[in-house]
Amino acid sequence: MAKKLPAVDAVMVGVGWTGGILAAELTRAGVSVVGLERGPSRDSNIEFAFPHIRDELKYGIRFGLAQDVSRDTLTFRNSAEQTALPMRQLGSFLLGSGTGGAGAHWNGQTWRWTPYDFEILSQTRARYGQGAIDEDMQIQDWGVTYQQLEPFYDKFERTAGIGGKAGNLQGKIQAGGNPFEGARASEYPNPPMKRSQLGDLFQTATQSMGYHPFPGPSANMTQAYTNPDGQSLGACMYCGHCERFGCDYNAKASPNNTVLPTAMATGKFDVRHNANVVRVNMDSSGKRAVSVTYIDLLTGEEIEQPADMIFLTSFTFGNVKLLLVSKIGDVYDPVTNKGTVGRNYTYQLSAGAGGTLDDKDLKVFAGAGAESVVIDDFNGDHFDHTGLGFLHGGSISASSSGARPIQSNPGGAAWGSAWKHAAAQAYNHSVGIGAQVSSLPFRSNHLDLDPTYRDAYGLPLVRMTFDYRGNESKRSQYLTAITTKILTAMGAKNVVGRGLPEHYSIVPYQSTHNQGGAIMGMDPSTSVVNPYMQHHQVSNLFVVGASSFPHNSGFNPTGTVGAMTYRLADALIKRYLKNPGFLT
Amino acid sequence: MSDANERRKFLKGLGLAAVSLGIGSVAEPPVEAQAQPAAPPAMPAMPAATPAGASPYTYVFFNSTESAFVEAAVARLIPKDDLGPGALEAGVAYYIDGQLAGWYGEAGRWYWQGPWQQGTPQQGYQLPLKPSEVYRAAIPLINDYTQKQFKADFADLSAAQQDTVLSGLEKGDIDLGRLPARTFFAFLLQNTKEGFFADPTYGGNAQMVGWKLIGYPGVQPSYSQIIEQYTTPFPMTYASIGSYTEDNPR
Ligand SMILES: Cc1cc2nc3c(=O)[nH]c(=O)nc-3n(C[C@H](O)[C@H](O)[C@H](O)COP(=O)(O)OP(=O)(O)OC[C@H]3O[C@@H](n4cnc5c(N)ncnc54)[C@H](O)[C@@H]3O)c2cc1C
Ligand code: SF4
Repeated sequence: MAKKLPAVDAVMVGVGWTGGILAAELTRAGVSVVGLERGPSRDSNIEFAFPHIRDELKYGIRFGLAQDVSRDTLTFRNSAEQTALPMRQLGSFLLGSGTGGAGAHWNGQTWRWTPYDFEILSQTRARYGQGAIDEDMQIQDWGVTYQQLEPFYDKFERTAGIGGKAGNLQGKIQAGGNPFEGARASEYPNPPMKRSQLGDLFQTATQSMGYHPFPGPSANMTQAYTNPDGQSLGACMYCGHCERFGCDYNAKASPNNTVLPTAMATGKFDVRHNANVVRVNMDSSGKRAVSVTYIDLLTGEEIEQPADMIFLTSFTFGNVKLLLVSKIGDVYDPVTNKGTVGRNYTYQLSAGAGGTLDDKDLKVFAGAGAESVVIDDFNGDHFDHTGLGFLHGGSISASSSGARPIQSNPGGAAWGSAWKHAAAQAYNHSVGIGAQVSSLPFRSNHLDLDPTYRDAYGLPLVRMTFDYRGNESKRSQYLTAITTKILTAMGAKNVVGRGLPEHYSIVPYQSTHNQGGAIMGMDPSTSVVNPYMQHHQVSNLFVVGASSFPHNSGFNPTGTVGAMTYRLADALIKRYLKNPGFLT
Repeated sequence: MSDANERRKFLKGLGLAAVSLGIGSVAEPPVEAQAQPAAPPAMPAMPAATPAGASPYTYVFFNSTESAFVEAAVARLIPKDDLGPGALEAGVAYYIDGQLAGWYGEAGRWYWQGPWQQGTPQQGYQLPLKPSEVYRAAIPLINDYTQKQFKADFADLSAAQQDTVLSGLEKGDIDLGRLPARTFFAFLLQNTKEGFFADPTYGGNAQMVGWKLIGYPGVQPSYSQIIEQYTTPFPMTYASIGSYTEDNPR
């Protein structure tokens, strides 16, 4: 029998950005919150200290801050005809674990998505007609618009101290910003990042080609900053160890230096680390979640934590897994197209081009996770898709995040003296232009439970079935051609396009932008949660994060995750706490 | 006797770690000149060399046959040449030994439950062999092969013969029976490059030779002063994690 603890007002399953934002907002509203985090407690002052954090092998190659897949992983197959096999080591994505989750070691590229993203179905129909949408492509409107989200984007940007340049202030296009962005009420709280030489060349080339370059918005502080909650962050040093690393300058906004200390200061937030949640428990009516059960990983003990409100804030796979193993809702079946849990799994794709700038001293070792110059001309529906055979697009950027020597593996897979000469020459002169590409939902791409493989707690692993479709391949070719042209215009030699391979592979790192599986929508027969990420049937259960995104955009997700989460917090405080029930 | 073999015997005869032998060559001009044409040649942060008489490296995972193989192999994958020291001189064999003796070798933090099944390339590594077991299984099989072909262990072949064997493993042309040769080669090459470019604290990249080769300055507190200075070269004061901790200069 599990030990049962006294009830609290709210429990967060996972303590990353989503759990942290909700904890900060709810505790300040007087709600008592318990955060259950399967990973260890991370003291940034000790664990992220210089010089030891600058250890590429430990963090960049052996993924020292990411999820321990010996305990829990997922299985993967490209199609239902294959047997899914476990992802035995991390690769394609690096799931977070420990205080702050993936937010402790992300890059900090913090985007607002395009207004089109939230109304993709109706806007596509209106502009191109239903015929432009593949039969198997399950795009839908989200039930929340960009305009409704705008104040919460703003709130997240202020909390995280985003540096950038507005492109559309209250409907007026601003020079130097992104002219395609949705209207913003106000400027970014901080100025843009410094521009590397690569970015400068990209800026000049894309401008001369008639595109609209602007500095990518960044959660790497562009100056010392104190956020509205009173949390202070330092200025970024362009140290080149951002993605996969903690920040020794306290310059990268993370839950650890923003929302978590804010929640802690209230005295109403209790974080329990090494606490792996294995189940959400329902009452006999099946309409109310009553508690979660977790395993204390230090003692092995099973513990039940009752709460009035239960928040799944454990990232896409954790959220979907907990719904499935707790048997909450109907499992999605791609054959009948019935059921909702596991539907619309999507993933961020990429395209791009590489080459060399032999006469430039690029200082590729310097950079920051979000240092970039970007064009948005080929994202969303910013260009005419008539006759192209695909929808959506991607943002194209020149990013300088710091080329570390093992990961950049000068010279690729080759070896010998010829490789050594090539590597010595190539390192400081290799350049790449990347397109961060959306992936749209297809009927066959989904998540469910694996029939064979189990985690360390005896639960089935999540099974991913995912591959590229014609929409993705055609779009990848299109964007690869554009990046190739830009790189050539920048003066690069040996330019080679890098499009998508034929099939998705779980092996090389691509992005930790895994989305869907518990998507939001107005229709309970095709979505798990409503546009507040509240479960359609269980009003005190909230499934929070990118698991709720009906599709994936040409931008990183966390800006939108943050905005959605702040919107939920606002609705809870203003309405739900006074009158618990379904939010509309 | 082959170059590689000679070098190995030479190192052993001296009773010195290759780490300390690497030092002399590091300062050789080609590396500096190649990596940082515009930078001043001096390296103010260059820490003291390993003291003379420091104890030789003792392998903790590899037996003598295995260490002979790995020393010879890494010396071909990243050879010593006109650009300076290679993987052997950088201590990469010691790096791999340490990695295989530790949690990496034991597939620490890898999912390790069956059933084991061969998958597609997209599904990733699915052999029931830990990295340490891959090395342990492969090396005798490769020596069996070279004994049949050349009547000698891999470590005792000429450099050209070693290159031929490594290429054969890389392409999967050499049949190692139940163990896919390409899998072993991929581990070996990946680990060799790791050892050549990882922080010296892990036993390879001695005197930061890998970093100096390509012009990677290592562990620097900040680049904020130079990120926008496109034409000013960065003063290449190479530093490792150990450069900041007095008790462990490397
Ligand atoms: C290397 C890297 C770079 C990235 N760069 C960017 C970027 O530049 N821009 C961007 O927008 N996004 C980026 N991301 C993605 C970003 O980090 C995530 O979108 C964001 O952190 C998600 O927040 P979250 O709260 O939903 O989940 P997480 O941060 O993953 O937090 C979830 C937490 O839940 C815990 N958990 C999971 N299951 C359980 C369980 N059963 N019981 C208890 N706890 C559990 C996990 O341990 C984790 O700590 C990056 C991610 C990575 C890994
Ligand atoms: S690049 Fe900037 S924000 Fe990122 S870890 Fe380094 S100092 Fe911190």
